Amino acid sequence: MAALHFHNVTLGYDRHPAVHHLSGEVASGALVAVIGPNGAGKSTLLRGIVGILKPLDGHIHLGGLDARDIAYLPQSAEIDRSFPISVFDFVGTGLWRDAGLFGGIGKAARDRILRAIASVGLNGFENRPIGTLSGGQMQRVLFARVLLQDARLIVLDEPFNAIDSKTTTDLLALVKHWHSEGRTVLAALHDMEMVRTHFTETLVLARGPVAWGPTAEVLTPENLLVAMRMCEAFDDSATACAADDPRSRAA
Amino acid sequence: MIYDALIGPFTEFEFMRRALAAVIALSLAGAPIGVFLMLRRMSLVGDAMAHAILPGAAVGFLLSGLNLFAMTAGGLIAGFAVAILAGVVARSTGLKEDASLATFYLASLALGVTIVSIKGTNIDLLHVLFGNILAMDDQTLLVVAFNATVTLLVLAVIYRPLVIESVDPLFLRTVSRAGGPAHLAFLALVVINLVNGFQALGTLLAVGLMILPAGIARFWSRDLTAMICIAVVAAAVSGYAGLVLSFQTRVPSGPAIILVATLLYIVSVLFGRVGGIVRQLFPGRHLEA
Repeated sequence: MAALHFHNVTLGYDRHPAVHHLSGEVASGALVAVIGPNGAGKSTLLRGIVGILKPLDGHIHLGGLDARDIAYLPQSAEIDRSFPISVFDFVGTGLWRDAGLFGGIGKAARDRILRAIASVGLNGFENRPIGTLSGGQMQRVLFARVLLQDARLIVLDEPFNAIDSKTTTDLLALVKHWHSEGRTVLAALHDMEMVRTHFTETLVLARGPVAWGPTAEVLTPENLLVAMRMCEAFDDSATACAADDPRSRAA
Repeated sequence: MIYDALIGPFTEFEFMRRALAAVIALSLAGAPIGVFLMLRRMSLVGDAMAHAILPGAAVGFLLSGLNLFAMTAGGLIAGFAVAILAGVVARSTGLKEDASLATFYLASLALGVTIVSIKGTNIDLLHVLFGNILAMDDQTLLVVAFNATVTLLVLAVIYRPLVIESVDPLFLRTVSRAGGPAHLAFLALVVINLVNGFQALGTLLAVGLMILPAGIARFWSRDLTAMICIAVVAAAVSGYAGLVLSFQTRVPSGPAIILVATLLYIVSVLFGRVGGIVRQLFPGRHLEA
């Protein structure tokens, strides 16, 4: 049973493709690393999956999941850190699916929020305004919110950027815990060593798919070299893409 | 003596009691809106909207003279039109909301002044621009109270998405479609409260009873709920003190209220607990941890 199904998906901005003709599927419960150089289309692909970006072409099937079954952690969250909201309330927004517009936050829900904050190691930070947190602490808060969202598909965009090794270890443990619970996890990553040791499946992306499969088979120097070369072919005066033309795939 | 100065005017004159009731209703509804305007970095949007309601009010004035009901209806229509058009243009084209609003409100303001000058006198223009809270009749007071009640009810409904959209708009977009409607409802509340304040304070100062209390609250708390409460109290105190000042000195009531609020604002900037200037200059010794 596939959690995600890509049918010849092209995603991009202003008609210029950033992800070009991607097909394939992600099995339910898979732990997938999406790797590739900057500009390879990793973030674009993840935005397409969570539905912020509509495909220019093709379809992404979510296998029966709706938007509320997806938890998304963007690369550069547009969070207004100066807004007067406490860690507790902020993490609590992860309960949106249960509480919605009016649902009360009862004793059980409060306990869940406290447990989520505790499991990212931020006990005692409940009443701190989010503006007083460090970068790593904020990332922990965001993970706590993902935890509360209790989503079947979790999409993480470069979650360990500018995060120290202690925090990375803690948060990676959380990711593996989600995997063990049978949730589908997709993460855009740059740390090849981490991908090799912790992620079972890898998609090497360079606008188009370079390779996709079990990490050990896919993560080869050859594939990474191909990915490096294929990137950043933005052409202002590009003509409309004919999908069958093999040259446009290589472009 | 003190009783005569501070309470006497209200026991003695009905128009002062009406004005006080109106200003308290305006504070209860307008100040929370102002806090959200400030936190969403839309303070000047409120100002722009205040100009945008002018042509509607002017058309109402043109049709039925200085009839507050007609002017209110006209102001609401014009304000909604500008707010919704600007919001829709911003959301569908990616043009920033402030730029989109600026074009609409400038056109609206030019139109409004043109309409008033076709028929009205300078005194009419003054009334439209600065209002007169002391000339409030029962009917107008009921309209003000009704609008304030509607504002608080709607705000309660959109509170959660509004807060989440202010902190983390991308998150709200991924979990819910409530962000867009909540934003539009909020803009509508801004318009309602501007029109509401318009009768008491005029188009130019109506936004003052929303933004100034919010600015004051920002210097006294880091907590949203507390901020809203402080803003409401600050607005009501300014309203009361402004009325007393106006009664004793013959300063027009609208400017008097805003001047008192400004005074509170200056005190807050200087001595506020959160980021006040004196606090920054003399922070005390740094802490252990």
